[in-house]
Amino acid sequence: MYPVTYHRPASVEEALHLLAEEEEAMALAGGQTLLPTMKQHLAAPSALVDLAACGLSGIRAEGGGLVIGAMTTHAEIAASAEVAAHLPVLGLVAAGIGDPAVRHRGTIGGSVANNDPAADYPAALLALEARIETDRRVLAAEEFFEGLFATALEEGEIVTRIHLDPPKRAAYAKFPNPASRYALVGVMVAETAAGIRVAVTGAGEDGVFRHAGLEAALDAEFTPDAAAAVRVSPAGLAADLHASAAYRAHLIAVMAARAVAAC
Amino acid sequence: MSENGIGKPVKRREDRRFLTGRGRYTDDLRMENQAYAAFVRSPHAHARVSGIDAAAALEQEGVIRVLTGPELVADGIGNIITGWAITSKDGAPMKVGDWSALATDRVRYVGDAVAVVIAETRQGARNAAELVEVSYEELPAVARGDRALQPGAPQLHDVAPGNLVFDWEIGDAAATDAALAAAATVVELSLENNRLAPNAMEPRSAVAVHDPAEDHYTLYTTSQNPHVARLVLSAFYQVAPEHKLRVVAPDVGGGFGSKIYIYPEEITCLWAAMKTGRSVKWTSERNEAFMTDAHGRDHVTTARMGFDEGGRITGFKVETIANLGAYCSLFATATPTYLYATLLSGQYDIPAIHANVKAAYSNTVPVDAYRGAGRPEATYLVERMMTTAARQMGMEEAELRRRNFIQSFPHQTPVIMCYDAGDFPGNLDKAMAAADVAGFPARRAEAAARGMLRGLGYSCYIEACGIAPSKAVGALGAGVGLWESAEMRVNPVGTIEILTGSHSHGQGHETTFAQIVADRFGVPIESISILHGDTDKVQFGMGTYGSRSGAVGMSAIVRAMDKVEAKVRRIAAHLLDGAPEDIVIEDGQARLPGTNRSLAWHEIGLAAYTAHDLPEGMEPGLKETAFYDPVNFTFPAGTYICEVEVDPQTGVVRIVQFTAADDFGTVINPMIVEGQVHGGVAQGIGQALLEQVVYDEAGQLLTGSYMDYCMPRADDVPFYTITHNATVCPGNPLGMKGCGEAGAIGSPPAVINAVTDAIGTNDLSMPATPMKVWQALAGARAPAAAE
Ligand SMILES: Cc1cc2nc3c(=O)[nH]c(=O)nc-3n(C[C@H](O)[C@H](O)[C@H](O)COP(=O)(O)OP(=O)(O)OC[C@H]3O[C@@H](n4cnc5c(N)ncnc54)[C@H](O)[C@@H]3O)c2cc1C
Repeated sequence: MYPVTYHRPASVEEALHLLAEEEEAMALAGGQTLLPTMKQHLAAPSALVDLAACGLSGIRAEGGGLVIGAMTTHAEIAASAEVAAHLPVLGLVAAGIGDPAVRHRGTIGGSVANNDPAADYPAALLALEARIETDRRVLAAEEFFEGLFATALEEGEIVTRIHLDPPKRAAYAKFPNPASRYALVGVMVAETAAGIRVAVTGAGEDGVFRHAGLEAALDAEFTPDAAAAVRVSPAGLAADLHASAAYRAHLIAVMAARAVAAC
Repeated sequence: MSENGIGKPVKRREDRRFLTGRGRYTDDLRMENQAYAAFVRSPHAHARVSGIDAAAALEQEGVIRVLTGPELVADGIGNIITGWAITSKDGAPMKVGDWSALATDRVRYVGDAVAVVIAETRQGARNAAELVEVSYEELPAVARGDRALQPGAPQLHDVAPGNLVFDWEIGDAAATDAALAAAATVVELSLENNRLAPNAMEPRSAVAVHDPAEDHYTLYTTSQNPHVARLVLSAFYQVAPEHKLRVVAPDVGGGFGSKIYIYPEEITCLWAAMKTGRSVKWTSERNEAFMTDAHGRDHVTTARMGFDEGGRITGFKVETIANLGAYCSLFATATPTYLYATLLSGQYDIPAIHANVKAAYSNTVPVDAYRGAGRPEATYLVERMMTTAARQMGMEEAELRRRNFIQSFPHQTPVIMCYDAGDFPGNLDKAMAAADVAGFPARRAEAAARGMLRGLGYSCYIEACGIAPSKAVGALGAGVGLWESAEMRVNPVGTIEILTGSHSHGQGHETTFAQIVADRFGVPIESISILHGDTDKVQFGMGTYGSRSGAVGMSAIVRAMDKVEAKVRRIAAHLLDGAPEDIVIEDGQARLPGTNRSLAWHEIGLAAYTAHDLPEGMEPGLKETAFYDPVNFTFPAGTYICEVEVDPQTGVVRIVQFTAADDFGTVINPMIVEGQVHGGVAQGIGQALLEQVVYDEAGQLLTGSYMDYCMPRADDVPFYTITHNATVCPGNPLGMKGCGEAGAIGSPPAVINAVTDAIGTNDLSMPATPMKVWQALAGARAPAAAE
């Protein structure tokens, strides 16, 4: 790791100030992604602005939905009574991320800000039509997730809260990459007020995406067989050591069917 | 007999320090005046080095020195050697290209060391290493062994045209060809043995200390064989003469073969310590380990086996290409030859065998012995062949094996090995009973009702360990003898120190070695300590690999105990007024039967060292040394039966049952032996289902971290059912065969045979990842659908 200055501001305002002041400063949440990349010299911020003391952690039930602070860890979400009561699927998503150490450090804000194409939350938030609140605005998940590790966040902008409404039904099916255990393919199926949503992570060349064919099929008939019968095109899907685009396409239908079965 | 004697599951004495974080590993050591080394490594698979500019690195605060290959060569540091000479079938010696610890003009794999930065801090060294500017002229690269041998492939070493290190054969080609021509059935099989990264939990590390006053060097390092390291460092690399070089391998956290070899980093640290006047420490990072630890396996093989009408094997012909990587590592040339092709007879009576092995250079990290070393490759081939043959001939698999088992011993195979003892049908029976093979059809039907494909696979493995008779291996090209040494010191107070040339890096020697001493003399195990891993303490040793610490290392201890016992008898006879042969030694006493006269163990020690009243002419003291040279290899063998369930929708394989029936000869500590089997089988399951090192066509390493290289986790392996079926090995005093590698050797074909049984197609390669299994299933259904 290169030498780096560490800051621990006590408020979002102070954090924003520090991030604006230094061009190469980066926000630090759980550090589960950022610190390994710094150790490998793939990231070299001049300063780290730790968001731990900015009051961004915690889960609140509000207006039938949930408001989750950006610094809330995966383990807290997995164990939360509020989440279990209002949005149990989110607890299951959180419980399936990484290992216990990662879940006790990694945060929902860090995960969505990072938008790893194989991360689990992006699929959940996209299908559940979450709203992502930042220090300056509120963005729909659809607008927020832009591509591989790319989001609508501007320079120095901080995710502060995630807003979620409970769906009528929802389930997530994850096929882990055997090595990393990130999602090789993860499919979130949800029926929200607006209709059926099927969001896919791990598979897209451009990160998380919604699958129109699966949504239409499930809109017509919400059964595992209906999902399994959809022929998912490999076009636009990622191919790597672990999975060809064709295998990912196949898994998307299989995982969608399993998610529907679990709904 | 002692409560902590042979056959008792004594808890591992070393675990107190390991489990409480008090182990002392190389990286835990802090020297006076310590500086840190970081290596500048090639990002290219193949390139000419046209210049090195260290100016920017040297400007960094805390940077002491930057050293390069030409300086190393100028200082007379020798090239890295390979320890086993192989002769090609045309009589030509193998072609070994130069390997300098730091590259002089050319790099041949990603990670090849070009320069080293010595700095005050670890981070400072590492950060400065990035500032060393190396000018490379990239050259075309080749990563696969079979491609490297094709015409027009990029050439790695001028001395080895066509990248061919050797073209070696064993067995009778004419007899084998004739047998195959006359066979009723010929079964063909092509397969690859996937390349693996060893992944010891503790990464490699070295601390080099130079004392200019005495011109004496000390190297603390992660070694499985510190004396061999000292020998090679002094005799070949000319770092220092042996009496001016001490090598210490303190606690070492796993080796699996990868810590046998003397790597560029250790040589460089020793040399850098002399150059800089500082103690120099280097510890590998995990990504460096993936890039630079010697990899294992990497064979491409085609084979044909002939059978008569009765299903008896008539001949076996094998063509293998072994990828040795960019340079010949220490045992690299022995692994795909004498450790591989000599086991191609498996457990079967095969009248004619012929194997041809071509070894290739490629732009990848050197490949060398890794847990099993050659025998897993042989077993995978033989046992997949037997299953393939049974399927092709419509025979029951167990029956085909049974029909061909060797039944009488000693048995001379056509490929050098002479098996001394075994009970192959007994192993198979025991495994089949424990695995409830009879109940398998019902289990398969039950799985099918759940939409799962259930399969069962066999592997009847045999391996050769306890390496090795020195004269025999010398005749085959080994550069060293493979005996072991031990010293037994009885102190004046009666406590015992055993100094052994074996090295423990996870095997539990501090427990098992003490057990054989406690067993022999009936002394408390607490009064025995086992010392190893320091060339200043231990007389000499060849180290631990090839499952040799029991069969060879413990045999040396037995010989030292024989000598001590002989002296104890004479002392006791003298003091008790009897004859030496009448003395009974048990329960920590020497007694004269028929009298009430006895001496406690500490009284014997005291008598030996006070020397007030010893037999006429006897030297004082009680300390004996033995060097034990084995008479033969030992032949652990067994049957593994694996049962899997495959999810046809995803291709995911789950191992639902794994049964082992091993014949390891005498078992000293069943708990430790079982642990060795667990670990070995887990590694074999890793090879079969999860692990593979992948280089792309340009020689870039694609599996450089755990994000892409899949190590087995706890939930990837089942609870094992382990049984033993011991036949005593006649070749060594305790009748031991060795258990360290069997699990890794025997398990991969059991797993793959189970998966291919489940999916109904034999066309599957390791690792059988979900995608590959899905493709095989799709291919079996509709060949065009899979891609
Ligand atoms: C071994 C391992 C296994 C893992 N497995 C999984 C898995 O299965 N599924 C999965 O989804 N993830 C997985 N992860 C990733 C894990 O979930 C990370 O915690 C997450 O991606 C990043 O969260 P973090 O809190 O650690 O963020 P950090 O690493 O601290 O930060 C990540 C990035 O986001 C920025 N950032 C952080 N917080 C904010 C904020 N509030 N506003 C703006 N920018 C911010 C940082 O500047 C940085 O660029 C794994 C990680 C590891 C180490």
